[in-house]
Amino acid sequence: MKWLGAAALGVLLLLPAVLNSYAVTVFIFIFFYAFLGQAWNIVGGYAGQLSAGHAAFVGIGAYTSAVLSVQAGLTPWVGMLVGGLLSAVLGTVVGYLGFRFGLRGFYFVLLTVAFAEVCRFVALNTDAVGGALGYYITFTGNPWQFQFQDNRVYYYVALGLMLIATGIVAAIERRRFGAYLIAIREDESACEALGVNTFRYKMLAMIVSSFLTGVGGTFYAFYLFSLQPGAVFGIPLSVEIIIRPIVGGAGTVMGPILGSFILSPLAEASRIYFGQGGWAGAHLIAYGLLLIAVVLFLPQGAYPALRRLWARAAR
Amino acid sequence: MPPLLQVTGISKRFGGLHAVRDLSLEMARGEVLGLIGPNGAGKTTAFNLLSGFLTPDQGAVRFDGHSLAGLKPHAICGLGLVRTFQIVRPFPHLSVLDNVRVGALARRPLMAEAREMARAVIDRVGLGAKTDQAAAGLTLPERKRLELARALATEPTLLLLDEVMAGLNPTETAGIVGLIQRINESGVSILLIEHNMRAVMTLSHRIAVLNFGEKIVEGPPAAVANHPRVIEAYLGEEYVHPPAR
Repeated sequence: MKWLGAAALGVLLLLPAVLNSYAVTVFIFIFFYAFLGQAWNIVGGYAGQLSAGHAAFVGIGAYTSAVLSVQAGLTPWVGMLVGGLLSAVLGTVVGYLGFRFGLRGFYFVLLTVAFAEVCRFVALNTDAVGGALGYYITFTGNPWQFQFQDNRVYYYVALGLMLIATGIVAAIERRRFGAYLIAIREDESACEALGVNTFRYKMLAMIVSSFLTGVGGTFYAFYLFSLQPGAVFGIPLSVEIIIRPIVGGAGTVMGPILGSFILSPLAEASRIYFGQGGWAGAHLIAYGLLLIAVVLFLPQGAYPALRRLWARAAR
Repeated sequence: MPPLLQVTGISKRFGGLHAVRDLSLEMARGEVLGLIGPNGAGKTTAFNLLSGFLTPDQGAVRFDGHSLAGLKPHAICGLGLVRTFQIVRPFPHLSVLDNVRVGALARRPLMAEAREMARAVIDRVGLGAKTDQAAAGLTLPERKRLELARALATEPTLLLLDEVMAGLNPTETAGIVGLIQRINESGVSILLIEHNMRAVMTLSHRIAVLNFGEKIVEGPPAAVANHPRVIEAYLGEEYVHPPAR
């Protein structure tokens, strides 16, 4: 398994040398959504707290670093940490409201959605960040301002983000923190009885998750150069973040990556295909069908199923 | 030496129902106290009050020199008072080892150490052959042992066992009785809710009887078993004073 991972990494490192610019773009989306999925995976997959409002953290991170860069000239390399911290602060607030008052299941989902919607409305109605017109970054190609002439730089940055998040998740999984999160997902009351401070660990998961997601916001802002409240805070983005780890295997280290390799190209292909025929948005129908199939046939996601196949083949 | 557990006049009301009324109990170190009573007598509510899953409306609980007022279950576990659940709550998708390891992590934050500890406890409760099996696939007696193992892995000084023998056949019950005795001999005090009279009589040093939320009798097993109020509570008044024919 180890050599397989190393080989895959080697291929990904060399790939830009042979890919055309469009294919590089597809990979950037794969990596970026795998990164966001991995960040969500900590609180949604491992701890089992279904946040359906993670777009809010992307938006906060994106607006923060974009405004700091445009208004104050602060490099987004620092701004991404500021955006991450601000997201973590808001993650703390949402987590506190949800976990202190024992909101479980649907109620937590609704809380996180409501939170993201509030953020969207605030952005829509704040003229200082462009309001409904959106916020735009002028492209200068200055790497210090997180702007690159060559698409391949974004490729490596996105790959790096994905690998860092995956490393963090793998480290969490090997420690008590991860063992506790998984146990909390299985049965919270039993955890409490066994000495697990469930509130503290759920909060920690939320904070790490929202921080990483906020960091991702900077990449979003400085890859697309335009921020629209409906796009960065909207429910569709939250769905994009959640669906990859679920399809790939929530609560597994490889799930979000596998899910993104399955879904991101699919989304891209159907966007082009359906978009040309005037069927823009039809990829959401494909998502829906795929999600139904996953829930029915692979309720734990593709990665655990793949592992079982692998184990059977090895025997 | 002060008592290990000192419960003073705790009460709990659910709307109009007085589930536990002015209950006082004391336990010495190393003791096995049986808590019996008919269904609905308030035994499990009492456990929830002691372990922090419910807060008493009145009264106080002291354990090992600490007041438990306002403490959450995890903090109470940290002090060494751990409960099992009547309806067992295994982590279904986790292996037996991973289940028990969650308990072991309470005092051993390093995963490798906790794993070793968990293995030892699993062997002790006789689940060694099932170590790597998912908890969801265990039989009921095995789940009861798992519930016990997880609690034991937190290294408690007082173990609250809620009907760990319910649903077991006589052989399995005898096995658990022996296991609980060995746990007690290793220095763990035990508060036991149990409907199996033979088991509770064998294990307990003292027995307290609850009925309608109140403690009606407390004493050594033999005395409690023949006490008229106990017979009345379980079987009805006519068994205490047989009606004249």
